[in-house]
Amino acid sequence: MAEATALLEVHDVTKSFGAVAAVQGVSFPLYGGEAHALVGENGAGKSTIVKMLAGVHRPDTGTLRMDGTDVDFAGPADAKAAGIAVIYQEPTLFPDLSVAENIAMGNQPLTRLRQIDRKAMHANAERLFRRLGVQLDPTRPARGLSIADQQLVEIAKALSSEARILIMDEPTAALSAVEVERLFSVVRSLRDEGAAILFISHRFEEITALCERVTIMRDGKHVATELVADLTVDDMIRRMVGRDLSALFPKQTVEPGEVMLEVSALSREGVFRDISFTVRAGEIVALAGLVGAGRSEVMQAVFGVDPYDSGTVKVKGKRLKPGSPRAAMAAGLALVPEDRRQQGLVMELSIERNVTLPRARKLARLGLLFGGAEREAAATWTSKLQTKLGSLSDAVGTLSGGNQQKVVLAKWLSTSPQLLIVDEPTRGIDVGTKAEVHRLMSSLAADGLAVVMVSSELPEVLGMADRVVVLREGRVAAILSRDEATGESVMYAAMGQEAA
Amino acid sequence: MTPAAARPPIKFDILKTRELGIVLALAALVLYTTINNPRFLSGQSVRDNLLNTAILAVMATGQAVVVITRNIDLSVGSVLGISAFAVATVMSDHPGLPMIIAILVGLAVGAAAGLLNGVLVRYGKVPALVVTLGTLYMYRGITYSWAGGSQVNADELPAHFLNFANDNLLGVPWLVLIALLVVGATTWVMRNYRVGRELYAMGSSPPAAELAGIKVARNLLGAFVLSGALAGLAGVLFAARFGTVDASAGTGYELNVVAAVVVGGVAVFGGSGTVWGAGLGALLLTVISSALAVLDINQFWQQAIVGALIVLAIGADRLVAVRIARSLRKRDAHV
Repeated sequence: MAEATALLEVHDVTKSFGAVAAVQGVSFPLYGGEAHALVGENGAGKSTIVKMLAGVHRPDTGTLRMDGTDVDFAGPADAKAAGIAVIYQEPTLFPDLSVAENIAMGNQPLTRLRQIDRKAMHANAERLFRRLGVQLDPTRPARGLSIADQQLVEIAKALSSEARILIMDEPTAALSAVEVERLFSVVRSLRDEGAAILFISHRFEEITALCERVTIMRDGKHVATELVADLTVDDMIRRMVGRDLSALFPKQTVEPGEVMLEVSALSREGVFRDISFTVRAGEIVALAGLVGAGRSEVMQAVFGVDPYDSGTVKVKGKRLKPGSPRAAMAAGLALVPEDRRQQGLVMELSIERNVTLPRARKLARLGLLFGGAEREAAATWTSKLQTKLGSLSDAVGTLSGGNQQKVVLAKWLSTSPQLLIVDEPTRGIDVGTKAEVHRLMSSLAADGLAVVMVSSELPEVLGMADRVVVLREGRVAAILSRDEATGESVMYAAMGQEAA
Repeated sequence: MTPAAARPPIKFDILKTRELGIVLALAALVLYTTINNPRFLSGQSVRDNLLNTAILAVMATGQAVVVITRNIDLSVGSVLGISAFAVATVMSDHPGLPMIIAILVGLAVGAAAGLLNGVLVRYGKVPALVVTLGTLYMYRGITYSWAGGSQVNADELPAHFLNFANDNLLGVPWLVLIALLVVGATTWVMRNYRVGRELYAMGSSPPAAELAGIKVARNLLGAFVLSGALAGLAGVLFAARFGTVDASAGTGYELNVVAAVVVGGVAVFGGSGTVWGAGLGALLLTVISSALAVLDINQFWQQAIVGALIVLAIGADRLVAVRIARSLRKRDAHV
């Protein structure tokens, strides 16, 4: 499958930002007709590589070679013209423009008077969507598209520019299994037409399913480039983290204490119905189920972000006022939302300000916030969580995804909650950080914290949870104890099938 | 993942209805005022309204382009002032120069001022609000020190220059023709040419525009140069129409211009709205002020009404955005 000359070769590139060397002397080839995985922990330098290939950054030293000749991208336009298309982790669409315009931006079909030929542009978008096997209205604005549909538009964009090299930076982080499969079949057909694919993901099952070759990076350096078939997942993880991860999901056994949270017959028209479960101190209860089963919605309603129609939520036996996050926080609840960019963090504010945001009132003296108290509180929690950061006064947006997640956790843990609700606690973060987050949740539970975890990752659910509440289409399909919960039993309940 | 087939396509005509809304409001206003005072629709009154709109609409065109890129140009009133004074000075010193030279001088002065704005915004990495607030005072200050308290009077200006404001082509005043041409051509370019769509894209998502390989710097400078040049052109029209020009010409115009653009449906956060909508906004604001005069309503009310219109316009945008977001979320939640 591999050809003699690489379509694109990353040759001994180095890139530093200030004193930090993000990438040091990394080389690997991309062959046409092959999907190549790039793996490494957060902060290993994957995104920097992507940005160099995309023309956003220029390598300090080293070169990029296409078809054997050196190329130098002055900007994204150059990379695009060279046939490189990048699909970023977070879609980069123009919300006010139509889907067709988003796809065509930069190479819109023109009439003889150099005006945009809208008819051809829409026809082109429709043709691409047919090829991708999706149905989207090319004339609708991009605003409001689901993440999955946005990714498809990005792919259509790559197709329309006839890219020979397609780079995907964690495109599946926000997709459901079906959507991922759809995406992969498209990517495979592109690959079979001779395109080179560079695929970045934290999900090993995806890498083994899609990729022929893998490059492993650690701390900005190249560790290995091998055929995926020659490596086991354990091999990859070991090389990524440079250590063995014997216990990925270390939930300590804890004698459960009093009932902290009692949800009974909670219903919200059209979203979820008749949800009942309890959580005791020291327990981790997982809410499992397929995407769209209503897991996050239930917890949002419990916390008071969303309303509910009937049922009750009791915290330590006392009825919690519905629809009031403030009351929930006062009762000792904390919610770590799924979408940390949108709901969990203020990207432009400093790390310390973010950490202390929920209890700014408590820290304030005479209504004013003094830096000292804020910094101290932030320093305690960020160091407890081993957050990698330059300075507490840096903007949160400068941190990597995993460290952002830690800041979100620090933010809520600093309120000393008694019940912690975490929604997809390890989405989009690397194996090492994941293990740290898990260890942390486990030790918090051991200290008597009650934890409700919404998670789509089965191994995480099985490893961490004392009890698993499986939701299906807005109802409780099963409540499984730690012993009863297996991959099969949870999936069967989630999909509505009897165990064979 | 894409059950689009099952969904009925939502109609996204809301942005178009903004222009329709302005036309309806205009019609209602003109109707009411005319019933109260039939002279409101007389030839002279219509002509005055159009002439007054022309200068505002020319400036609103450039402003709309800048606002679409998620920027703002507050210096336009001062650019009008410096251009008007420069052109008036040149024409009184060299009465033999043809009108076209006057227009070119105004455009050049304005373009230079706009270029400086653009360079400071792009390469100084300072928000446009701050840059153009600074240059608002700077350009005005230059004009004051240049004029040194003097003014150019109508009797110092050549007749062909002054007549330009009153001359017609096929019964339509030149000023109005120029405004129509500017609004029409800019609308057309913004709608149908790549550069126009790129300007919308830049305002819709600045980081995505960079990643898409759009020549952001060139386009941004272009937008500010256009806004400056059109403010300069407005200065020429101002000088020709009013004849007497001192250093304070156009003071405070920037707020009228921004108001026209916002009322005309250009989103302050960029990415949407149309240039001809901004032109309609200019017309509506002008007609409101003359209608208030005709209806003998205290002119102080005029400011309150313009303010209320802006709040209404922004409120309507918010409401529409929230509605769309909610309806889209619902569709996605129940697939």
